[in-house]
Amino acid sequence: MSEICKVSAERQGDIAILLTDGYINNQGGEEIAREAYAQLDSGARALLLNLEKTRIVNSIGISILIEVLERVMDRKGELAFCGLTPTIDKTFRIMGLAQYAKVFPTQEEALRALAVAGRGA
Amino acid sequence: MTIPIAQDMEIVATAQAAAVGEFIGMPRDKIDEVKLALVEACINAFEHSHTRDDKVRLTFRMGEEKGADYLEVEVRDRGRGFDESRVERPAPEKTFAGRQKRGWGLQIIRSLMDSVAITSGPEGTRILMRKYK
Repeated sequence: MSEICKVSAERQGDIAILLTDGYINNQGGEEIAREAYAQLDSGARALLLNLEKTRIVNSIGISILIEVLERVMDRKGELAFCGLTPTIDKTFRIMGLAQYAKVFPTQEEALRALAVAGRGA
Repeated sequence: MTIPIAQDMEIVATAQAAAVGEFIGMPRDKIDEVKLALVEACINAFEHSHTRDDKVRLTFRMGEEKGADYLEVEVRDRGRGFDESRVERPAPEKTFAGRQKRGWGLQIIRSLMDSVAITSGPEGTRILMRKYK
């Protein structure tokens, strides 16, 4: 059995939207990181991770997301999340991820906020 | 059930927890919390137990205490055990300083479940965790 997380990406200007589908473990986290770094290297200023199709992120997956966040912060970019289940939201808060990345209920709200932040940059 | 120590086996285990949780009418968000706690307990056993038989044993129980239904999950390995008092407590500032990105499993389990009991010794480790409906 394989539960590898699928990651798809689209761009809206300098914002890259990464949509995950499935369990985020070490493999899923690495898949997200690979796509995130590709987007950053091709000029994305902000990353939005939409997790609405993911119900479990384990602590290894979150540790990889933290590495992605650190790279984004090094580049003075932004990382935001949306579509979190209450359990994922709680886990992000326990591990401190929500202290450094913004969390929005929906993709639309996240995109509005990231666009405004980009205009102020 | 007994699961081998192998990639994604923790997800196989969560299907059983979800089935028992649904049977007692536990809300989906609480089932998700049990599933993640179980995933973390399995990963700890997979990575740290150094078990002699490469297996993790799981028991799922439903019960009722003082009128409240609960789902209980027991995770056992036959590894070399550990001393919880010697496990460094994780903290976001350590995680983001790059010193300790891992080691969150027990903290997550304790945060998501209503009660957690850990017994560990040279014959292995047993994590007994309970979530009320």
